[in-house]
Amino acid sequence: MNNFSIDIDSDGVALVTWDMPDRSMNVINQAALAEIAQWTEQLSANDQVKGIVITSGKDAFCAGADLEEMGASLFAAAANAGDDLSGAFEQVFELNRVLRALETCGKPVAAAINGTALGGGLEVTLACHYRVAADNPKAKLGLPEAKVGLMPGAGGTQRVPRLLGVANAGPLMLEGKEMNPAAAAQAGVVHKVVPAGEVIGEAKRWVREGGDSKQPWDKDGFRIPGGGPHHPKGAQNFIVGNAMLHAKTFGNYPAQQHIIQAVYEGLIVPFDTALRIESKYFFKTLMTPEARNMVRSLFVSSQELGKGARRPKDVAPTEVKKLGILGAGMMGAGIAYVSARAGIEVVLIDINQETADRGKDYTTKVMDKRISRGRDTEDKKQEILSRILPTTDYANLEGADLVIEAVIEDREIKAKVTAQAEAVIPPSSIFASNTSTLPITGLAEKSARAEQFIGIHFFSPVDKMPLVEIIKGEKTNDQALAVALDYVRQIRKTPIVVNDSRGFYTSRCFSTYINEGIAMLKEGIRPALIENAGRATGMPVPPLAMTDEVQIELGYHIMKQTKEDLGDAFEEPPAFDVMEQMVEKFDRKGKKGGKGFYDYPESGQKRLWPGLAEIFEEAEVQPDVEELKTRLLYIQALETARCFEENVLQDVRDADVGAIFGWGFAPYTGGPLSLIDTVTVRRFVDECERLAAVHGKRFQPSPLLQEMAQRSESFYDRFNPKAA
Amino acid sequence: MTDCFIYDHVRTPRGKGKDSGSLHEITPLQLSTQVLQALRDRNELETARVDDVVLGCVAPVGEQGSDIARTAVLNADYAETVAGVQINRFCASGLEATNMAAAQVMSGQSELTIGGGVESMSRVPMGSDGGAWPSNPEAAFKTYFVPQGISADLIATKYGFSRDDVDAYAVESQKRAAKSWDEGHFSNSVMPVKDVMGATVLDHDEHRRPETTMQTLASLNPSFVGIGQYGFDDLAVQKYPEVDGIKHVHHPGNSSGIVDGAAGILLGNKEVGSDLNLKPRARIKAFASIGSEPTIMLTGPETVAQKVLDRSGMSKKDIDLWELNEAFAAVVLRFQQAHDIDHEKLNVAGGAIALGHPLGATGAMILGTVLDELERRDLNTAMALLCVGAGMGTATIIERV
Repeated sequence: MNNFSIDIDSDGVALVTWDMPDRSMNVINQAALAEIAQWTEQLSANDQVKGIVITSGKDAFCAGADLEEMGASLFAAAANAGDDLSGAFEQVFELNRVLRALETCGKPVAAAINGTALGGGLEVTLACHYRVAADNPKAKLGLPEAKVGLMPGAGGTQRVPRLLGVANAGPLMLEGKEMNPAAAAQAGVVHKVVPAGEVIGEAKRWVREGGDSKQPWDKDGFRIPGGGPHHPKGAQNFIVGNAMLHAKTFGNYPAQQHIIQAVYEGLIVPFDTALRIESKYFFKTLMTPEARNMVRSLFVSSQELGKGARRPKDVAPTEVKKLGILGAGMMGAGIAYVSARAGIEVVLIDINQETADRGKDYTTKVMDKRISRGRDTEDKKQEILSRILPTTDYANLEGADLVIEAVIEDREIKAKVTAQAEAVIPPSSIFASNTSTLPITGLAEKSARAEQFIGIHFFSPVDKMPLVEIIKGEKTNDQALAVALDYVRQIRKTPIVVNDSRGFYTSRCFSTYINEGIAMLKEGIRPALIENAGRATGMPVPPLAMTDEVQIELGYHIMKQTKEDLGDAFEEPPAFDVMEQMVEKFDRKGKKGGKGFYDYPESGQKRLWPGLAEIFEEAEVQPDVEELKTRLLYIQALETARCFEENVLQDVRDADVGAIFGWGFAPYTGGPLSLIDTVTVRRFVDECERLAAVHGKRFQPSPLLQEMAQRSESFYDRFNPKAA
Repeated sequence: MTDCFIYDHVRTPRGKGKDSGSLHEITPLQLSTQVLQALRDRNELETARVDDVVLGCVAPVGEQGSDIARTAVLNADYAETVAGVQINRFCASGLEATNMAAAQVMSGQSELTIGGGVESMSRVPMGSDGGAWPSNPEAAFKTYFVPQGISADLIATKYGFSRDDVDAYAVESQKRAAKSWDEGHFSNSVMPVKDVMGATVLDHDEHRRPETTMQTLASLNPSFVGIGQYGFDDLAVQKYPEVDGIKHVHHPGNSSGIVDGAAGILLGNKEVGSDLNLKPRARIKAFASIGSEPTIMLTGPETVAQKVLDRSGMSKKDIDLWELNEAFAAVVLRFQQAHDIDHEKLNVAGGAIALGHPLGATGAMILGTVLDELERRDLNTAMALLCVGAGMGTATIIERV
């Protein structure tokens, strides 16, 4: 065996140590699974062995299934199953077969969980009769499959509810909630938590002292905690659980539906039947486009981007040791916090000391909150704070490797602070702008080092949002790009790289979503219907509410600016005069100020402004919600395709990961290009042409799409990032 | 097709459906038994002539399980050749049982049958039978399952009925029920329920609150706000995205009461009536059931009314009296609105808001009530109908002979 070593002690306890060569973490792949089956058989046949303890030779216990290998082979098994469904079943059932054999090997099996155990890793331990975890607050235990569109397929959906009851099992499986060992013990996922050095000892003690070799569910009289699906109380878990899940997911996430279905069906039947049911829903989940798209974008692509897939290969690795931030407002303060947290020395500059200090206070606030939740310590807070220097003096920027400008969106002010900073920083330093609207190439003209000028666009709130959009100006060089990417990696965010354009990629496409919602208002579509359609698409916030969030006034301002910049070339979108009216005539500028498309009463929930009905006369015939959903999603996907065509986007991964992480584009689709590929370019183009005929040329598919439709191509085939 | 006549009908009074209710100590078997015995005794029935007893029951488990109809036939000392079957069409079970019993006669396969129903909601609570519809995720997701109260509030929201509208309807229901009792309109149909000693435990509908006014109702909090927050309001809106949230207007005072009770209707062809010297009171003219959208759930009466009218070549002008189960006030208001029906012709004796809704039995009860009212007012034709769980409607048209 390559991945496991076995050591049988004088008491007859076999210690199985999982330690995969050439990997930083243990994962479940075909080889590991085969070896688990192998040692289970060996040890169960060996009379000298009284019991088994399984642990890991690495920091973590096991990170779960190897999605690259297992994922690919299972997806392939599902896709190629054709008529041989029984063969495909055997392949997906292998996970359950192997772990069930371990569970019923006749000898007590304990898991000594020394560190993180996720997904399949946790499922291995759940097939053991006793679980002891090391008291390591950084260790995470959980079943995160659903977060990437998958479901647990190694018994998780059957063992967890039988251990914890349906109500407590729900969040663990449906939300992929992760727990530290203490929380896991409290929930009943593990039996005991002991100091790090004692896990193996404790596991062996349990075996030696006559550990029980039967799971609770294999004993007569077993009852599901809290009741099964048709127990009077247990039924409530499903009746309410179904509704809550459906309400939250809008039926967009098959994995979650399959999980709750497998739990429901599985809990009615004996355990071995239940495992078969789980495997069948696991297979069904693998067959969904949602699983394929989510795994690709949220797991594979985002990891590749995070590891530097878009980084120029021939630039030596760089590291930002000292960072200058110009402007200590909300964005500057957030950038200061995430950078200082990553160990970077930060100089936070603003016009007056008070504002600069307030920017630093943001870090205090965030850290205090984390400390109160037990996620950080006072020492850590002091350490981070000590790295932030709030000041008005540009001289402090001396020696900064990177400067990020985060002042207000005004070209003159930006030009001024750029000059002030460039007077101090070394010639080799990179200068970045955090603008979200102004083209980088134009800003770079005011810089003395246009080649070292780049856009680093953060999202708000900076400490929560996972994405950073890096914008190359016309002259931006590879060195600047490499520094920006290395910096984003330092602060552990996911970067995408785009070329310069008005609104770059994310703001440009995102704005089509809110503009489309506003256009519907103008057509006399009921505001509630627009908003409910928006929610149903899987976007995090419906379009009118979202416009209020970012301020109607801001959208209006940007459009006016665009109109001024473009002159006659400006094509007025339908949303323009609606925004104009709301701002100029009705003084409803957005959430800030309490008046927008919604009213924001001081007490109570926001509600749609009744005045909308008077301004926008309700059309007699209201469209079907599906039509509105299509418009809201397709208009964004179309704009993404245009960005691709215009070379604003150069990599399908940037497009899809950027959309989901940047503006919350319906995650179940895997992103706008995955969406187009899934419906097929042909059908997407047909649908857009139909919409263009009704709603105008904003829905007209671009030549690239037309061409791809004709050739029956998909984005991920034609622009396969792995092929390049 | 053979004509099917109603020869008699009888019902128990409706007892409050809780442990303080007067019928709580009476088993559902006894409720059914006493109904069958009353039909036998009132008509000096030669029970061997009865082919089948069809009883509706919505929670057919525990003491209402294992075919309570056949059990009641035997317990009531009917001839052992009389078959019995229990059926479930949720709230319309009592009417559906009657329709099925009538269908046996109309098709010539039976000559004398009994349709009816039973539900002891105090002893076998609503939902005791579980079922896949709300709990199996596959079914719940597909149907956007919400509890009926949310559906009723959705009807009120979608069709614009205010809290005042639904409360005003409830006040009128109480008023009409009070008048019916005060003037003895129910006296021929309601049979007292006796206990094991032979003493009468209940001889009137005890759920009523005749003193109800708009003011007394105003003090009641809406019932479904809490459950709505468990995702059900959101689901109703997902299915009906044109509404801006659910406005909760229903409460115990404008919804049907939870009660215990049973009812039976004696049905047969012309020949058996002559043989047994029974006088036909009405003819079953037509009946139908229909499926409707399950989330709003309770709008089936709208479409089933049209369906049964069309089938029998009638129009709504031909219907002298309408009897629509008062599951929730908004259900009736929506039906009235959809078909433009005069309230003076609808639920003239009061309904389930005042009297209660013993799920399995109600359909037979309201058919009997509307027949009594036709006779009392000397009118000819009536339609009885109910909204039904999971989105259905069931309706029956009768005409006097």
